Amino acid sequence: MRKKVLTLGLGMSLVLGITIASCGGDGGENNDGAHAEPTHQTQNTQPQGETSEEATNPFGVGPIQEKMDLPAEIDEQLAAKGEEIFQAKCTACHKIDEKYIGPAMKGVTERRSPEWIMNMILAPEKMIQEDPVAKQLVMESNGAIMANQGLTEEEARAVLEYFRKIDSQS
Amino acid sequence: MFNHLNLEAMVGKWKHAVLASALAALLMPGCGPKKEQAKKNGGALDKASIAERVYVAPGEWDEFYAFLSGGFSGQLAVHGLPSGRLFKIIPVFSVDAEKGWCMNEETKAMCMTSYGFIPWGDLHHPDISQTNGELDGRWVFVNENNTPRVARVDLRYFETAEIIEIPNSAGNHASAFVTENTEYVVANTRFAVPVPQRDMPISEMKGNFKGAATFIKVDPETGRMNIAFQVLLPGFNYDLAHPGRGKSHGWFFFTSYNTEEAHTLLEVNASQNDKDFIAAINWKKIEEYVNNGGGKKMKVKAAHNIYDETTQMATTEWITEVTVVDPREVPGAIYYLPTPKSPHGCDVDPSGEYIVGSGKLSADITIHSFSKMLKAIEEGKVVDTVYGIPVLDFNATLAGVVKNACLGPLHTEFDGKGNAYTSCFISSEVIKWKLEDWNVVDRHPVYYSVGHLMIPGGNSRKPFGKYLVAMNKITKDRFLPTGPELCQSAQLLDISGDKMIMLLDFPTMGEPHYAAGIPAEKVVDKVAKIYPLEENQHPYAAKAEDEVKMVRKGNEVHIYMTMIRSHFAPDNIEGIKVGDKVYFHVTNLEQDFDIPHGFAVIGANTSEVLVMPGQTETIIWEPKKPGVYPFYCTDFCSALHQEMQGYVRVSPAGANVPMKITLDNKPIGEVITE
Repeated sequence: MRKKVLTLGLGMSLVLGITIASCGGDGGENNDGAHAEPTHQTQNTQPQGETSEEATNPFGVGPIQEKMDLPAEIDEQLAAKGEEIFQAKCTACHKIDEKYIGPAMKGVTERRSPEWIMNMILAPEKMIQEDPVAKQLVMESNGAIMANQGLTEEEARAVLEYFRKIDSQS
Repeated sequence: MFNHLNLEAMVGKWKHAVLASALAALLMPGCGPKKEQAKKNGGALDKASIAERVYVAPGEWDEFYAFLSGGFSGQLAVHGLPSGRLFKIIPVFSVDAEKGWCMNEETKAMCMTSYGFIPWGDLHHPDISQTNGELDGRWVFVNENNTPRVARVDLRYFETAEIIEIPNSAGNHASAFVTENTEYVVANTRFAVPVPQRDMPISEMKGNFKGAATFIKVDPETGRMNIAFQVLLPGFNYDLAHPGRGKSHGWFFFTSYNTEEAHTLLEVNASQNDKDFIAAINWKKIEEYVNNGGGKKMKVKAAHNIYDETTQMATTEWITEVTVVDPREVPGAIYYLPTPKSPHGCDVDPSGEYIVGSGKLSADITIHSFSKMLKAIEEGKVVDTVYGIPVLDFNATLAGVVKNACLGPLHTEFDGKGNAYTSCFISSEVIKWKLEDWNVVDRHPVYYSVGHLMIPGGNSRKPFGKYLVAMNKITKDRFLPTGPELCQSAQLLDISGDKMIMLLDFPTMGEPHYAAGIPAEKVVDKVAKIYPLEENQHPYAAKAEDEVKMVRKGNEVHIYMTMIRSHFAPDNIEGIKVGDKVYFHVTNLEQDFDIPHGFAVIGANTSEVLVMPGQTETIIWEPKKPGVYPFYCTDFCSALHQEMQGYVRVSPAGANVPMKITLDNKPIGEVITE
C-alpha cells in the first residue's frame, strides 16, 4: 500500500499530488471489500485557484462537526497531560514560539477554532486536501504535510487544552 | 576377456542401470502433458469467464491469504487468492537487505545457530496455528530443512517472531505441522544421523543412526516455543507428517522411506522394500511419560532466537539440554503402518479417520483407517517388530486403496465435502477422489511436475473448499523465458464444482514446497498498523527529538536519531573519526499506517534499515576515510523525501574535532563521552 506515485500533474498539484498519494492509506480501515474511491483518483477534480472562493467551514473537515463547549477556565490537569502528549508526538515538527517544520503553536487558539484544531490533529489527511486554510498552510510549509500521529479524541482534546493554557498566559 | 565373474558383475550393474534409468525417466520433469493440453485449460469455459473468477478489481481485497514457502530462498511469500498477487515476502531464514533482516543489530541474532551465524535457509512447510481444529490466524509455523530449525511468524506483524534450532536432527523435513490446539509443532528428521553426533564409519549406519522426532510445545498465549521431548526413532528417512484431529487427536503420523537404511545411492538402494512405514505416534502417551519423569536428559547445544516486539530486539538463548525418549520404553506409544512404496505425503482427512499415504514410487494411494488401527492394536495384529517397534498388519489397518490413481502421487488435501485431491508428480496432474469410495472422479493436468497442493484450511477440521493451489517445480513454456533459470509456479484451480477448473498461473518466489491458506477475515482485524511509540522499549530509542543524543564509548559512537516526514534529528553530525564504529539508532516517530522511513549511509557494509512507524532500528557504519558523507531516507515518504538527508563529518584518527549534533544549525540533544 506504500504509494510511490510519480505521475503527477502540473504546478500546484505537484506538491499536493505527492502529499495525497502518500496519505492514502485509509483503505486498510475498511475490510468489507467495498472501499471508498482512492483519493488519488479524484485529486485533480478541484479547479485550481479557487480556494478563496470556497465556502469555508470554520470547523474544518474531520470528525469534530459540533460546536465544542469549552469552559472559560483552563483545566490544569488536562493541559499538563496535553503538554506531555505534545512533547512526545508533535515536537518533531512544531515548536511553541517559532515556526519550525509547521507553524508555531503560540496563538493558534486565537487564529483557529477549537474544532478546527481538533480536526487538524485527528484528520490531517482530510484537512490538507479539503480545508482551504490547511491547504494554504501546507504550501507555506514548503509542502511538508501534517502527519497523523494517531492521537485519540481525548488526547487531542488535552493538547488543545495545553494550547489554550499557553494562549491564556500571553 | 569376459570371465564369468566379470559378466555377472556387469549384469548386476546393468540391472541397476536399467532400474535407475527407468526411475529417472519416470521422474524426468516436463515429460507429462504437452502444450496442446495446456490450451484446454478450463474446458468449456471461455477465457473471459475464467478471468472474472480471479479478477480482484483495483482497490478491492482478495478473499484468502496464501502463505507460500520460498524453498531455497529461505523466506515466506504472502499472496492473495484468487488473484495470486504478491503482497509481501517475509524474511525468515535468509538475510534480506531490503528489510535489514539478520543484518541490522536488532535482528542479526535471528540467524544464529549452534553452527554460528547462518545467512540462508531452505524453508519448506508452512502451517497455520489452530484452535479446536480450526485455523485461528495467529501464527504461521515454518521449517528449515538444512540447518534444522522451526520458525514462528506472528500474523499481527507479518514478521518472524521466533526461530528454534532442533538438535539431534539433520534435514528437518517432516515439519512444521501443528496439532489441533497448537499444543505442539513437530520436527522430524529427513536424514538419519548418529545421536549424539560422533565420528564413525558411514558404512556402519544401519542400526546405529537415529531419526529424532521432535515435539515442540507452543505456549497458548504467547506462541513461545520450547522443545518438550525428542523421540529417537529408527534411522529411516522421515519425510512428512500430519496430526490426528477429532477422534485421532493425540496421535501424529509420519511417513518414512529408506527403511532399507541405505547410506549410498539411495535412488536405487532406498527403493528396494515394497512397503515402508507410516509411524503412528501417540504423543499424549509420550507427553504423560515425560511429565512423569520419563526419558533421559541429553546435553545439546541449539539456538533459540526470540524477537521481542517491545524491546524490538532479538536475542539468542542457548538450549543446553533436551529430553530424549527411547520409544521401546513407552509401550503402545508407537506403531508402524506398512505403506507402499517410499510414501511421501502423509495427510489426515478433516474427520481424523483417514490417514492417506501417497506411495511416491507406487501408482496406488493407500488409506489407513484410524479406528481400524486402534482395533488392530487392541487385537494384537502385529506382524513384525522393527527395532522394538510393533508393525501392524497392513490389511488390518487398511481402509482403502485408490488403485492406479496416477504416476507419482505425492500429497493430498481435502475440501471438507468428502473429496480428496492428490498431486501426481510424474504424470503432472491433480486427481480428485472420493473418501470411502476410493475412486477417482476427476483429473486435471497441471504444468508441470506438481509437488504440494493447498486448499485453505485443508489440514484442519474445517477446510474452505473453494480453491486449490497446485505448486509446480517446472514451468518450461508457461511464462516468458528468463534465461536458464525459470520461475516456479502456482496454479489456482476452482474446486467448488464437480469438475476442477484451471483459473490462473502465477509465478512464485524460490521453490514453493507447501503453502497454507486462510480466509482473510480471520486475520485482517488483528493486523498491527504501527508500533505504538509509548510501547517502544528499545534500549536505544529516541522517542522524541529532545531525546536524541550522541554517546562515545572509546571508539564506539552511538547516535540516537529520529525520523519524521521529512527530516532526521540530528542531521549534521561531527566528531566522528576514522577507526570509529558508529551505531545509528534511528527511531521512526510517525504513528500513521504505512509511513516507513529508511536509512542508509554511504559505504555501510551492512544494508539499509527500513523502520516502521514507532520502531527503532540500528545500522553500523565504520568510516574508512576522512570526509563529509551524506545519509538519506531510502523510502519515498513525502513531497520532501528528497530533502530528507543529512551529513556526517569524519575526521582523521586522532583528530580533536569536538562531537557535535545539530539540526537547523542549532544543537540538539546531549553529547556524552563515557
